[in-house]
Amino acid sequence: MISRFFSLQWKQFFRSSYWQKSMALNIVMVFFALYFILMFLGLGFGLYPILKDKFPNQDPLLIVNGFLFYWLLGDLLMRFFFQKLPVMNIKPLLTLPIKRSSIIHYVLGKSAISFFNFLPLFTVIPFGVILLINGYGATVVFTWMLLIITLTLITNFLNFIIESKSAETELSFLPILAFSGILFGLTYFNIVSFNDLVGSAVNAITANPFLLIIPIGMLILLYYTNFISLKQKLYIDRSLKAKTEIATTTDMAWTRRFGSVAPFLQLDLKLLWRNKRPRSSVFIVAIGLLYGLIFYPNPVYQNMVSFYVFVGIFVTGIFMINFGQFIPAWDSGYYKLLMSQNIKYKEYLNSKYTLMMMSAILMFVISIPYVYFGWKVLVVHFAAMIYNIGVNTHVLLYGGSFNRKKIDLTQRAAFNYQGTGAVQWIIGFPLMIIPMIFFYIPYKFINFEAGIATLIILGIIGIVFHEKIMKGITKRYIDTKYKMINAFDQDN
Amino acid sequence: MIQVTNISKKYVQTTVLQLENLEIPKGQSFGLVGNNGAGKTTFFNLLLDLIQPTTGAITNNEIQVDKSEDWKPFTAAFIDESFLIGYLTPEEYFYFIGELRGMNKADVDTFLEPFEELFNGEIIGKRKYLRDLSKGNQKKAGIVAALIGNPEVIILDEPFANLDPTTQIRLKKLLKSLTEENKATILISSHDLGHVTEVCERIVVLEKGELIKDIETSEATLKELEGHFSV
Repeated sequence: MISRFFSLQWKQFFRSSYWQKSMALNIVMVFFALYFILMFLGLGFGLYPILKDKFPNQDPLLIVNGFLFYWLLGDLLMRFFFQKLPVMNIKPLLTLPIKRSSIIHYVLGKSAISFFNFLPLFTVIPFGVILLINGYGATVVFTWMLLIITLTLITNFLNFIIESKSAETELSFLPILAFSGILFGLTYFNIVSFNDLVGSAVNAITANPFLLIIPIGMLILLYYTNFISLKQKLYIDRSLKAKTEIATTTDMAWTRRFGSVAPFLQLDLKLLWRNKRPRSSVFIVAIGLLYGLIFYPNPVYQNMVSFYVFVGIFVTGIFMINFGQFIPAWDSGYYKLLMSQNIKYKEYLNSKYTLMMMSAILMFVISIPYVYFGWKVLVVHFAAMIYNIGVNTHVLLYGGSFNRKKIDLTQRAAFNYQGTGAVQWIIGFPLMIIPMIFFYIPYKFINFEAGIATLIILGIIGIVFHEKIMKGITKRYIDTKYKMINAFDQDN
Repeated sequence: MIQVTNISKKYVQTTVLQLENLEIPKGQSFGLVGNNGAGKTTFFNLLLDLIQPTTGAITNNEIQVDKSEDWKPFTAAFIDESFLIGYLTPEEYFYFIGELRGMNKADVDTFLEPFEELFNGEIIGKRKYLRDLSKGNQKKAGIVAALIGNPEVIILDEPFANLDPTTQIRLKKLLKSLTEENKATILISSHDLGHVTEVCERIVVLEKGELIKDIETSEATLKELEGHFSV
């Protein structure tokens, strides 16, 4: 049975159009994986000699145990944001003669062989071998290794419980941040030293292997908790069927002012408010606004004005970048309707442009208090806004014509958000780096004003030639129409 | 109204549709019948320019559909659920479509009045999003939306599937009245031979992408079709 499930998943993965179309992305992922493996291997081999060198009077194993708390906490955080609960298309299996429990055991078992659980082995095994070479007792070392593996699996299953509990809420990442923040804070300010607690617990267990029963018992308990909670969800009227929401209607009369793009603008605003996934991109805006606080108060960046440009583009463009990247995939669910209805492509795209432009202006206005950190900040933000409106919007719209991946709006936001997070930021970077360069060159060779002027002029050029540029972009969308319809028609 | 010349659609090796010549005059109710894979939906997709023909062309009111978009103002379709916008309420969806077709809210409201019976109180004013409606009610909303703005060409893929018997009967009445009253050209496909023969003046049978029967509906048509399909 397990092998059947495995072959189903294998086919689902390799036969998805997403896999076939984004080889490049997969190669990048493989490189990331290799990079992490190397890092962990390096840590495994280097840890003992380094610790011995720095703290010759202390036992390296005890030092490592003392830091295990932070390791586990970091592990939990990483998992929360990057490890997805293994999902399986369960509905077709429910009516087949398969025991519900074997489906769940498979799903949970699969999560145990995740990359996240293998990664620590690359550190634990070399470190353990070195310990053996250096005269530690075999029982101590093996108990320790077994313990770390158990702890890793505990985080694995603990994460799923946290994830499934917090997925229901809007800002799903807040509970985990609060939880780990409190643990970290308590330890950091020496109120309750979880650090020492975990350290001495681990020491006690390595000293007395029979105590291993306690963590293994915890693991079984967590596994069982997951099992129970999944079992309850294995009915189509529980988690598989979405809850029906009570519709709220607004007529948004104010959008009328935008003339022919008004119906699309209304549609976009409803899209943003009524679907969890795009709604989370609205919430990111709030976080983005605070981004400047990392840079501006920091004396290190006081004289690096180019960084102001980076922050300015980010702050005034965060919504634009988050939303714009997925044009027109947001509408993928009903793309065929849009393509056969009485719609001018240009108006459709112009509505997206209007939305992005409004967001840039709004974000600039909200970010005005940053003037507290000097008038230059405000000037840079203004120039960045103009650049965003004139250049980045068009780049995003053009880039959108390459979108071939459907977005299922009905899916839960949390997992989706986690899935695209990393890629999103990578794509977002050129949008922020290039204006930095445009600013930096005149700034370096002439002065601050010249740099600002360059950004503003580039932006104005974009705004002046908006009609022309949109014509080109529209043509590009029309040319790729059939490909897009076909791609949006497929489930990934 | 619709003129098909030498149209074909091939995917790599397999030909999914091959029609030499087909003319659908204005005001006709045209039925498309065939087993799965006969090419019915492919034909509709070509007509709506959602896929690219391998050869040939379709003109809709003298406009070649893959060259110009000017056929869109007088053509409406409901092919499947991907023609619905899930996060809108049915009313909002009707208003949106109405707006695209130059009707304001009041116009749409007046337009919807005669459909109250068809909706059976399950669609309007229920404070539900389209994605939360049942399949049958989604279909009703989609079909009615395709009628907004008095389009001259109406394309409905499998309109009777998923509907309850009462609605099926009402829908048949509605479709018949459309061709009588305002000279709309209706193209529907169906697996239910009884329904198509009742609604359509002309029935075309497709098999493996080719036209094999072109019948003007009469008393004997249903028998003939049943004979054809019972192999």
